[in-house]
Amino acid sequence: MTVEAVLFWAFGACVVIGAAAVIASRNAVNSAMALVATFFFLAGIYLLLWAPTLAVLQVLVYAGAIMVLFLFVIMLLSLTESEVQGGRITLSRVLGGAAAAAVLWALETTLLRLAPVARAMATAPAPQFGTLKSLGALLYSQYVLPFEVVSLLLLVAIVGAVVVAKSRI
Amino acid sequence: MVPTNHYLVLAAVLFCMGMFGVLVRRNALVVFMCIELMLNAANLTFLAFAREQQNMVGHASAFFVIVVAAAEAAIGLAIMIAVFRSRGTLNIGEIRTMKH
Repeated sequence: MTVEAVLFWAFGACVVIGAAAVIASRNAVNSAMALVATFFFLAGIYLLLWAPTLAVLQVLVYAGAIMVLFLFVIMLLSLTESEVQGGRITLSRVLGGAAAAAVLWALETTLLRLAPVARAMATAPAPQFGTLKSLGALLYSQYVLPFEVVSLLLLVAIVGAVVVAKSRI
Repeated sequence: MVPTNHYLVLAAVLFCMGMFGVLVRRNALVVFMCIELMLNAANLTFLAFAREQQNMVGHASAFFVIVVAAAEAAIGLAIMIAVFRSRGTLNIGEIRTMKH
């Protein structure tokens, strides 16, 4: 096995374990911490895919900003509730598990048919692939309109969040 | 070298775990975290195909997904604070009405 394969399996296993911990833990704070760990390991997988810029953004924006917001809200609301059902097997859990398993089965059978596509992964991409410079050049030339729209979206989100969360303006 | 399929299968597993969490968990905050998991699975798929096609457009798409997720987190958490203030709970089994 190459180093890449070893890292992929290690990070992949950690991502799946972290996601399982997010779903399984009773306490919302534990879920949030498991999600932070999952995002870090996902950033490692992004690095394996030659996407260093997106890996850094993943850590900065997701593990940094968004999860801090989550933890802040969890602690602000002091949610110490434990779910009523506990570890019992309920009808909704069985149905949810069946639905997720069905979607997973459909996806896997489709993906495993894609086998011949794997050829291009052997060649290393150009040196500027995935760097901040080339991503910025792409965003400010070809995708400049979506870029501006998305900045407007962020502005609307800031105003909307203040309006919704404030009890009296 | 790891074939694209492995990354795609990992993304599919992650997506389905997020979907399971959304369907099963009753705490609205945890449901929200599971939605973030699903968005990340989509990002992983974008990046895997970008690597395979050696095309940066997938990176731009993943960037926009991250920005939209940030906006969604801000608005969603604000809505949760408002819901908690008016109802005193975030259990989605107990929140049935839009108006209180």
